Amino acid sequence: MSAAAAGAGAATPRAPQARGFSLIRPLTWLVVVVIVAITVVPLIFVIEGGFRSTAQINASPVGLPHPWVWANYTSVLFSSEFWRFLGNSAFIAVVATAGAVGFGSMAAFALSRIEFAGREAVFTFFTIGLLFPIGVASLPLYLLLQRIHMLDNLLGVAIPEAAFSLSITIVILRPFMRAIPVEIEDAAVVDGATRLKFFARILLPLSRPALVTVAILAFVFSWNNYLLAYIVFTSPAHFTLPLGVATFQTQYSQDTARIFAFTALSMVPALGFFVLAERRIVAGLSGSLKG
Amino acid sequence: MARGLSTAAAAETSAAVAATPPDQHSRRLRKRLELALLLGPALILFIGFVLAPIGIAVYYSLYNWSGFGPLTEFTGLHNYSLALSDPVFRSAIEHNVIIAVLSVVLQLPISIGLALLLNRRIRGRSLLRLVVFAPYVLSEATTAVIWLLMLEPGGFVDKFLSAVGLGGAIHLWLANLSIVLYTMFVVLTWKYIGFGIILLLAGLQGIPAELREAAAIDGASAWQATRRIVLPLLAPTIRIWVFLTIIGSLQLFDVVWIMTGGGPANASVTMATYLINRGFQSYEFGYASAIAVILFIICFLFSLVYQRFALRRDTRGALTRAVG
Repeated sequence: MSAAAAGAGAATPRAPQARGFSLIRPLTWLVVVVIVAITVVPLIFVIEGGFRSTAQINASPVGLPHPWVWANYTSVLFSSEFWRFLGNSAFIAVVATAGAVGFGSMAAFALSRIEFAGREAVFTFFTIGLLFPIGVASLPLYLLLQRIHMLDNLLGVAIPEAAFSLSITIVILRPFMRAIPVEIEDAAVVDGATRLKFFARILLPLSRPALVTVAILAFVFSWNNYLLAYIVFTSPAHFTLPLGVATFQTQYSQDTARIFAFTALSMVPALGFFVLAERRIVAGLSGSLKG
Repeated sequence: MARGLSTAAAAETSAAVAATPPDQHSRRLRKRLELALLLGPALILFIGFVLAPIGIAVYYSLYNWSGFGPLTEFTGLHNYSLALSDPVFRSAIEHNVIIAVLSVVLQLPISIGLALLLNRRIRGRSLLRLVVFAPYVLSEATTAVIWLLMLEPGGFVDKFLSAVGLGGAIHLWLANLSIVLYTMFVVLTWKYIGFGIILLLAGLQGIPAELREAAAIDGASAWQATRRIVLPLLAPTIRIWVFLTIIGSLQLFDVVWIMTGGGPANASVTMATYLINRGFQSYEFGYASAIAVILFIICFLFSLVYQRFALRRDTRGALTRAVG
């Protein structure tokens, strides 16, 4: 339901607006130019800074590259650091997403289509998780991970992230799965399918739009998470991209140009993913709010 | 409704039990197994990594403990009374509240105005939306580093201000005690304003154009139509935005931690940065746990009150049901 509502909101063409634009039109454009400038200039500033040398930046903090320097970008791209951070982020995000969506969809199936005593209570129990900021749990989570020897371990970040994404996953999937007509299930049962087969072969494929939404939410949550990585990882070999960017910035404070290049490159995956999946992300984010 | 259904199902099954007891027995066992298989992993994950840590935080908060060795020094609620009279923690709460209030008071009108503008038929609208939303997809960590570079003394922001004749407005954005918190607010606004705009745009597009047309035919001005028709219909979206923004402001961590660490002299400290600071840098796990619990209680109470009085009309959502 939520995904459908958001999808409908994505791009409905509007009817032409009423007349009387004389002053509003240029004003609109002025505002548009200002917004675009405010949004884009910092990004361009960082990307462009990566093409200058540290000496150029020190001589004048703002200015065009003269000459253009490629060395910062190539040195970051040929360093193992950048790729390792990227790989760690990707691994953690994939595991966290798989865990949240896999286990979350199983639970949502039980909570939406199987009758049992205490079903609503279990559902409510999961929704409580929507209220917990990960920061509140950070200290005991740290001690727990220490005890089970998962500090400085990629899974030590991925598993808690999956757990923290479960609530929203279940809250979004349950009404969606519930809305799938009973007749489809009856037909499957008549054809001899067991409940689990119905879930895996029929319900999951039918739930695809909602699954994409929750997967994107879980992925983005994991990809951008800083705090958990910050407390769990001590060895740079395990750093994720957000942690890497923040650490890089303090570590290489003399080599400003490299910080620019590193930061610029770290934006690429998120922005690229966003450009490719904008519709879905926006629909997912606004859809998730409608519960 | 669910209860009615399950009673019906129970009646049905008890009839079936009378007919074929052994078959029914194995079917019930099978159902239990299926439920355990389906719900088990999620429950274990959720309890183990979400609920238990928070329960444990409550437990630790009752001790004076450094995070090492056994918990021996039980101090009851001492950590809580300590925290509530701790001037740094109090100013942290104040900072969180300032950010929350500023966000609602300043970001909301800006978001609504921009969403109304972007909802018009203008060329390149979809590209514009993409651009406006871009900062939201960057991590807070990347955002923080971008703005550290922008705000360096003599850096881009300062150069820009002097170029447009506002040189007198230049300050040490991150070192001036009375400015740093507002600098944080500006950075957060840069990152999150696009989210508000996109959300409100989605809300706007759910409002049928016919309503405005009808109002125009009845002689309403564009302003009247906006105020009397569009804004009230947008209210559910606005209420959700307000909720998310306030919760986000209360939990603020990444941007502040990376840009200032809560400094200088605690001028930008937030509840979350203070909690990490006392826990992981001073090794006062008991005290930090008490702060975590207070932070949680503040968020929880806010959610309860807000769900009850503001969101109730909009969502037959899970939380509303949980709260009653």
